Amino acid sequence: MDGVIATTIALAGVTTLLLLAIATPLAWWLARSHAWWKEIVAAVTALPIVLPPTVLGFYLLIALGPASPLMSLLRPFGVRTLAFTFEGLVIGSVIYSLPFAVQPIRNAFEAVGDRPLEVAASLRASPLDAFFTVALPLARRGFLTAAVLVFAHTVGEFGVVLMIGGGVPGRTQVVSIRMWQLVESLQFGEAHKLAAGLVAFAFLAVLAMLLIERRAGRGPRP
Amino acid sequence: MSEARGDLFAAFDGGLGDFRLDATFTMPLVGVTGLMGPSGSGKTSLLRCIAGLERLPGRLVVGDAVWQDEASFLPAHRRPIGYVFQEASLLAHLSVRANLLYGRRRARTPQTLGTEEVVELLGLAPLLHRSTARLSGGERQRVAIGRALLSQPRLLMMDEPLSGLDADSKAEILPYIERLTRSLSIPVLYVSHDPREIGRLTRRVAIMQDGRVVGTDDPAAALDEAERLVLAMDDGERTRLAVAAVTAGLGP
Repeated sequence: MDGVIATTIALAGVTTLLLLAIATPLAWWLARSHAWWKEIVAAVTALPIVLPPTVLGFYLLIALGPASPLMSLLRPFGVRTLAFTFEGLVIGSVIYSLPFAVQPIRNAFEAVGDRPLEVAASLRASPLDAFFTVALPLARRGFLTAAVLVFAHTVGEFGVVLMIGGGVPGRTQVVSIRMWQLVESLQFGEAHKLAAGLVAFAFLAVLAMLLIERRAGRGPRP
Repeated sequence: MSEARGDLFAAFDGGLGDFRLDATFTMPLVGVTGLMGPSGSGKTSLLRCIAGLERLPGRLVVGDAVWQDEASFLPAHRRPIGYVFQEASLLAHLSVRANLLYGRRRARTPQTLGTEEVVELLGLAPLLHRSTARLSGGERQRVAIGRALLSQPRLLMMDEPLSGLDADSKAEILPYIERLTRSLSIPVLYVSHDPREIGRLTRRVAIMQDGRVVGTDDPAAALDEAERLVLAMDDGERTRLAVAAVTAGLGP
């Protein structure tokens, strides 16, 4: 049981960190660009919300399996397949939770608006300087929201991790898979404990979200 | 104060959305130059082009430095300009002190204006440790002016800095602006649509209308232009002009 929880926390933690790094430039571009095709990019990043997780998992399983052209590129580095590995799970989780990171960060960047960045430019801050010293701090609540959402969403995912991970104990078996296996083998006592734990976790995650939103509502005026 | 450092020459011609700016503007880099005109006449657009916040085709020379021509465009953050926006636009995540020092730490020009001098000039000492959210409108605008000054600008541009304030705040802040324009050697471009406000700061005023600079700082040309404008007016407009003139203390 401990191994399952450790795998779950490791997966959600690594996914959250990676997604914050990946989603930030993407969300910045979506918030600031005037390109006509940016909403097409936005739609592609939002696809995982609508797609059944098993569909996403199926494509990822093929893309990460030994027969995929993608994996043949990695063969010189001694990698044959990422299916049924922890790394494969991370890749799947990153793609699955991408919209939950991009949307709040994009909204936060859009709420910052042009003016603070113009102020920074008029005070000699280069665009990169202004990004780190003005845009990021002003959008910080969007990052908190994104982190909570991605972490919770990764803990709760089932279809994608089952398709890519297969539930290998100690490596790719996470709590949601374990839950399913317990019920299938009629171990209701164990299932109750795990389920109660997950309800408590979900409650805390939602509470954290609401508190962040509330603080955002009380924020200082621009 | 009287040290002459050449002129600013700006010529921009291009569209910003539905608006067309076609302005040629010159000001000496000394003292206060006023820029007046009805709202929508392009005053803010001209300032934004000079600051490098908008990019329109044109040419901009400040002293002996070319900031924009056909081949080059100096980005906004490399232009030694202090810009005071209509709204104070303080950075909400920073304290009053950090707002003041944001530009000072990044200034590439020599530090001629000290923090203490600016704090004293604008009466900022009691505000330094307050949160920006707890300042009044007038206090916020004073911090914004101090912040612009501490970025060590070679030109200070103020875009209707009083227009968002109530009468009390205006009365509170105008003496500070008068004081700083008299005691500092930084040339100031001051935009307003209020002749009384501009009249307290300078006699040298350019007028904008429909995206063009129609009056200049040459009194004779300004007089001709004024005559042309008055002749083109209908009776209602002339009455309003007369009322404005009398209100401004310019009776016959």
